[in-house]
Amino acid sequence: MGLSMLAPEYRVDRDKERCIDCKVCVTQCPYDVHYFDGDEEKVFAREENCVNCHRCVVLCPTRALIIRKYPLELRENSAWKEIDIRQLQKQAETGGILLSGMGNPKPLPVYWDKILLNASQVTNPSIDPLREPMELKTFLGSKPERLEIGCDGSVKTKIAPQLELSAPVMFTAMSFGSISLNACRVLAEAAHDLGIYYNTGEGGLHQSLYEFADNTIVQVASGRFGVNSEYLKTGAGIEIKIGQGAKPGIGGHLPGEKVREEVAATRMIPLGTDAISPAPHHDIYSIEDLRQLIFALKEASDYEKPVSVKIAAVHNVAAIASGIARAGADIITIDGFRGGTGAAPTRIRDNVGIPIEFAISAVDNRLKDEGIRNQVSVVAAGSIRNSADIVKAVALGADAVYIGTAALLAMGCHLCRKCYMGKCSWGIATQQPHLVKRLNPEIGRERLVNLVTGWKHEIKEILGGMGINAVDSLRGNRHMLRGVDLNSRELDILGIKAAGE
Amino acid sequence: MWGSGKRFGRKPIEGDVRIPSGCAVSGIMNKKGKLFTGETIIQSISIMRDRSNGLGGGFAAYGIYPDYQDFYALHVFFESEENQREVELYLKENFLVEKGEKIPTRKVSTILDAPIIYRYFIKPRAEICEDVCMSPDEFMVRQVMFINSSFQGAYVASSGKNMGAFKGVGYPEEIGEFYDLESYKGYLWTAHGRFPTNTPGWWGGAHPFTLLDWSVVHNGEISSYGTNRRYLEEFGYECSLQTDTEAATYLFDLLLRRHRMPLEAACQVLAPPFWEEIERMPEKEKETARALRMVYGKGLLNGPFSIILGSTNGMVAINDRIKLRPLVAAEQGDMLYVASEEAAIIEVCACPSRVWTPRAGQPVIGRLEEVESWVSVC
Repeated sequence: MGLSMLAPEYRVDRDKERCIDCKVCVTQCPYDVHYFDGDEEKVFAREENCVNCHRCVVLCPTRALIIRKYPLELRENSAWKEIDIRQLQKQAETGGILLSGMGNPKPLPVYWDKILLNASQVTNPSIDPLREPMELKTFLGSKPERLEIGCDGSVKTKIAPQLELSAPVMFTAMSFGSISLNACRVLAEAAHDLGIYYNTGEGGLHQSLYEFADNTIVQVASGRFGVNSEYLKTGAGIEIKIGQGAKPGIGGHLPGEKVREEVAATRMIPLGTDAISPAPHHDIYSIEDLRQLIFALKEASDYEKPVSVKIAAVHNVAAIASGIARAGADIITIDGFRGGTGAAPTRIRDNVGIPIEFAISAVDNRLKDEGIRNQVSVVAAGSIRNSADIVKAVALGADAVYIGTAALLAMGCHLCRKCYMGKCSWGIATQQPHLVKRLNPEIGRERLVNLVTGWKHEIKEILGGMGINAVDSLRGNRHMLRGVDLNSRELDILGIKAAGE
Repeated sequence: MWGSGKRFGRKPIEGDVRIPSGCAVSGIMNKKGKLFTGETIIQSISIMRDRSNGLGGGFAAYGIYPDYQDFYALHVFFESEENQREVELYLKENFLVEKGEKIPTRKVSTILDAPIIYRYFIKPRAEICEDVCMSPDEFMVRQVMFINSSFQGAYVASSGKNMGAFKGVGYPEEIGEFYDLESYKGYLWTAHGRFPTNTPGWWGGAHPFTLLDWSVVHNGEISSYGTNRRYLEEFGYECSLQTDTEAATYLFDLLLRRHRMPLEAACQVLAPPFWEEIERMPEKEKETARALRMVYGKGLLNGPFSIILGSTNGMVAINDRIKLRPLVAAEQGDMLYVASEEAAIIEVCACPSRVWTPRAGQPVIGRLEEVESWVSVC
């Protein structure tokens, strides 16, 4: 192939007065940007390789490095933006499908930011979480419509198995393979410390993580990697993955170079082979097939674990969710169009699916209208960035949320979105031993626990301000939400009023 | 126009908007079922005049219609005679109407704009109930909701047997005088003085709110309203008034009548113990408390309230789980008193044998003697 027509995306500004040519940047950069020229005895950069991961910037002992967007002044054109030209040229060079990592970065509306929360003034008092109890405990699973209680006060109704969470937040499915074992360990240990759950994703459960089984949701995806009887019986819950917000309708592909010994053993596949998850489950071509798998898994786990079904938020999400509830799922997980991924075709990621905010509202409404809302829990995922997003998701009707990107950011991810290259400089989305060890599981665990602990405090403050002291009373409480900068159709779909109404 | 939906050309009323309000409540009952006139409850509620602002007052009285105790007593407000004719026609089609009469009222200088107020003693037609496979109670509930939401200018104030709600716009003692409650005798009375933060001036919006023989008077603003309402809608309840009281009444109906829950358990749904307390409970209690919170979390009334629930079989007074609104109880002989303030009790019972402040979330239950279950098995 001839010369690339692409200019570098980033420019590495090295302050020569500060730089001491210590070569930290050289050893830290997995993308071969920095190099030491022995003749010149100086450090230089191959800027075209830079992905702006900030590893060198953060670790440079003299603060000599700044990464800037390359000042490429293309002739202005509002139809053909720089990104369009760049992607097109890249595709012309390779003839392949464009790949991307992490969630949809396009400037589409973030509805969380157009929703504002309520607080009490005078007519009902706000509650101070430093002085009064404030409860975030959440149960996920199917609830009976009513409880039969005997005259002696004992419960006669048997309640389906539940997941008990200390707060309505969990760590979403990220497989061993897509992320490193250290990253998986961070998720597992933090979930354990926090009294919540993490999800294995479709990569199976590494033997060393079985000790955190009580905080583990094991996933069964279309490739069935790592699924065996012990696996199903070990997790606290089981999730069938139908779809993912970043790539609805698309399967997964873990390239062979990432399938090293441990990954191969955990996934139960030969060393170095590509792990390909088909787009559909080839035993689920209809809702009745899904029902069979749900009950096969319940049967295999002695009806002791709730079964979740995860789908991407697509246009008809409400009807699909209703079908899933009727098929016997205990939990429905909906992943919005901003949901993250290790790798997805760019065009799919950026153009398929709908915002999670609308999906929560539509699904909660449909299940309520059909009188089956109690039968199933709803977990929302895809673009939950902070505690206020969680509060808004729950007020729209979600029982809990999954976070993925936010958890990785806590571990050190800088959102450079090159996960699919397998060279993650922060040791998260990689299987290369020298990179993997950059993520210290102990430190990662502490940071992730810190994050969620901080969020719990914030949620309690917000609830107290609203005058409620249990998260149960926030569920579907859309009176606590008002919209700004939304048209009336959007307000109707979200089921909220405009600010001032 | 009192129908549901937007009411054009007039100030917004309950149902158009959500109106927070503060209040005074009082409840008095004789546990042996001995009857006494409305004078006592009027006296009790009037001492708390400062807690209301003249924009709503009302009473629920039990045992007042012994001659018609097998009939549902429908108290209805009409805006015009035409509205009344339409509803009466509808009643005749679906019910046996034993008697229909104007509820006697007196002239009170401060009570203005009173609607036409009628009562009907009715029974659902058996063949219609059978047709739709509903118990008479369930049929009645649906009919009342239908009338309130579908007939313009008509509002059912109460619909239970041997009981009635008397309410309107004014201070409670004036409303009591207006309805001449001193001439009624009941074994259980509840009263309400309202302090809405808006000025709707609508008779239907006053308390008590009722359904069948449940009546609720309520002081508070429930911050979980949105959650509670969605939960109730799932079971077919239409919260057309957008008030907390309406939601509380439907919750009681759902838990006690439809889910046949023991009263104590129902109270625990409304004001559940904290998880910390649950963890410390003995095993069996813990199991029940956990299950109730797990399944009925959306029934928790969160935010300040003190509520008095009246029913044929007795009354229950309960506070929110951190006692953000006042509630005092007292006993003297067969009499049980509950009120927002102790003064309202002492005013009518100078030396009670016991006065106490119920703990947060702990119900005060006054059960009519010889009553085993709160819910009539139908």
